Amino acid sequence: METWSTYQQKELANRLLLRVKSLAAAIAGKYGRRPVIMEVCGTHTVALSRTGLRSLLAGCIDLRSGPGCPVCVTAPEEIDYMLFLARQPGVIIATFGDMVRVPGSMGSLEKAKIEGYQIQVCYSPREAVTLARSNPDREIIFLGIGFETTAPAVGLAVKEAAVLRLKNFTIYSAHKLVPPALASLAGDPELKLDGLLLPGHVSAIVGRWAFTFLAKEYNLPAAIAGFEALDILGALLELLVQIQEGEAQVINAYPRVVSEKGNPKAQEILREVFSLAPSNWRGLGLIPLSGLKLNNAYQAFDATRRWPLAIRPSPPPEGCRCGSVLKGLSLPTQCPLFGRHCTPLRPVGPCMVSSEGSCAAYYRYSRKAG
Amino acid sequence: MTKYNSMIETISLAHGDGGELTHQLISDLFLRYFHDEALQPLNDAALLPFPAGRLALTTDSFVVKPLFFPGGNIGTLAVNGTVNDLAVSGARPLYLTVGLILEEGLPISVLEEVIVNIATAAREAGIAIVTGDTKVVEHGHGDLIYINTTGIGVVDDCINLDYRRIRPGDVIICSGSVGDHGLAVIAARENFGLEGLKSDCAALHTLILPLLENFSSTVKWLRDPTRGGLATTMKELAQSAQVNIILSEEAIPVHDNVRGGAEILGLDYLYLANEGKFCAVVDKIAVEDVLAFLRRHSLGREAAVIGEIKKGSGRVFLRTALGATRELYLLSGLQLPRIC
Ligand code: SF4
Repeated sequence: METWSTYQQKELANRLLLRVKSLAAAIAGKYGRRPVIMEVCGTHTVALSRTGLRSLLAGCIDLRSGPGCPVCVTAPEEIDYMLFLARQPGVIIATFGDMVRVPGSMGSLEKAKIEGYQIQVCYSPREAVTLARSNPDREIIFLGIGFETTAPAVGLAVKEAAVLRLKNFTIYSAHKLVPPALASLAGDPELKLDGLLLPGHVSAIVGRWAFTFLAKEYNLPAAIAGFEALDILGALLELLVQIQEGEAQVINAYPRVVSEKGNPKAQEILREVFSLAPSNWRGLGLIPLSGLKLNNAYQAFDATRRWPLAIRPSPPPEGCRCGSVLKGLSLPTQCPLFGRHCTPLRPVGPCMVSSEGSCAAYYRYSRKAG
Repeated sequence: MTKYNSMIETISLAHGDGGELTHQLISDLFLRYFHDEALQPLNDAALLPFPAGRLALTTDSFVVKPLFFPGGNIGTLAVNGTVNDLAVSGARPLYLTVGLILEEGLPISVLEEVIVNIATAAREAGIAIVTGDTKVVEHGHGDLIYINTTGIGVVDDCINLDYRRIRPGDVIICSGSVGDHGLAVIAARENFGLEGLKSDCAALHTLILPLLENFSSTVKWLRDPTRGGLATTMKELAQSAQVNIILSEEAIPVHDNVRGGAEILGLDYLYLANEGKFCAVVDKIAVEDVLAFLRRHSLGREAAVIGEIKKGSGRVFLRTALGATRELYLLSGLQLPRIC
């Protein structure tokens, strides 16, 4: 495996950068506009800013951030349901830290905590199982947020809880799956994407083949990318070559981590514990088969059964454009609230909360409002 | 010999009430490890001789989770942190006070280990522990141990580390790799299973004082980039001196495991805390000599020139390995490890 130092070989990077730029310029000349490429993953959004690639490429590629931050795509009504759960008697909410500050229509988990409700930040779902064992008189609800990358760990926690016959452990599965969301974006006439930079972490779980429909059904070039500058440049080059040639393939430009079929063990856990369900995405709306619900065998661990609530649609925060940012229709800097009324210290929308959120990444690395 | 069976006993509220248990704690635990003369009479105030020069005074409180982490613990941190604040002010560390806030239920064995570490770190740093205080809070009202230390040192009259001496063209040197402490603590706290991380916690005066002796006119300013990391320290410097700073990403020393670990967790190593490093603003003419001097010392082996002072108005820029330039800001909110 290549090490970082070989990866940072400046010369190679600079050569790649030049090729990417000249190819992009050629394409722009041919089509009369810069090629539009979406980086799906929040980690790519951050890496593009951190390495300076975004500013180096600004003149020749129209880079859009996509729905790749798990906290950000969680629908407003899902957040409100979590806040409802937090206020149930005897409950301890176990959650990833990113979620705590996300505003819903009635405050946030952080606010609930200040009001005296129990919110416990966990870094792995198994911690929530441990929490349940050491607090037998409390109900532990784990908030299952995330993509194919985190869902297997939640699945494992549920299996462990089943083995231990825990009666006081449930999860709220608001997991989301990336390929169906990309299908919805690929088919969106408003967006006119020329290429997709696919998420390396998710691809490591689902495998390259899970994205081949993008080329076959939507004629959309795509490339799976790692997170170093060179990984990203290499994948961009693959995309531009295809765009130039008018071809569409799904290229694995991160083969040292991603395989054709993905991680069979993780997929096995997902199949065993969950089944597909429709899911509501912030900005993207209801997408069929894009969520995960617990299978029949594990329904005892489903928080929505123990605390049913008719989930009504909640309005997104007033003035917040997260929806259109997540779809790649607006840049964060085009939101009128960006950097003025909305900052990481006083976030209006979830995209400003999570470190992976597009607005937070743009704010962290370039504070200019658009 | 201690009267405690420290394996089973825990701190109770009575240990902080000033009564019998408090006295027992002092005599059996604290005085067992803290031997400094000034402490022995247990008066209300320590009476201390003071050499000629200016007095430097600094105070800091230490809260860290977990208490013990690879490369250090809350005890070594509480001593070295304050010693370093004195050292970067050009002061020779003399006296230290130690205030403890203990949580009811804390195992005495844990307290003892922390006290041993405080005593050892102070002895190694050559700073005398001269007075202290202990309070106990109810269970659930503290994170096991909080420590406050106040340090007193003396600054030679010939030392001047005022940022107003800084001029465009001066060079910034960092004494070694950044991010080690911050990432080691986060990794230990959250049990991320990242291997090989180690806090850089160390007392820096053994390097800084000789440096100032040899380069008093060309070393213009010093700071230890603790909380908020290198980026925050640079931003504070740029703002107070009203200059701009250009840093070179490639020149900043970072260990591969820190770079990789931070990458995985979505953290920026430029903002991770350091506990055994300092940054110096140095006159360009002395750069090579200062670097050579630092690199001869075990705490400065990886010292490097990381950037330059420019005319400006308080902005910090980072030239990335790819040749792009991006601005660095103060961190807005906590750095949280990411979900996916
Ligand atoms: S800047 Fe704030 S309000 Fe605007 S889209 Fe982003 S998160 Fe929403």
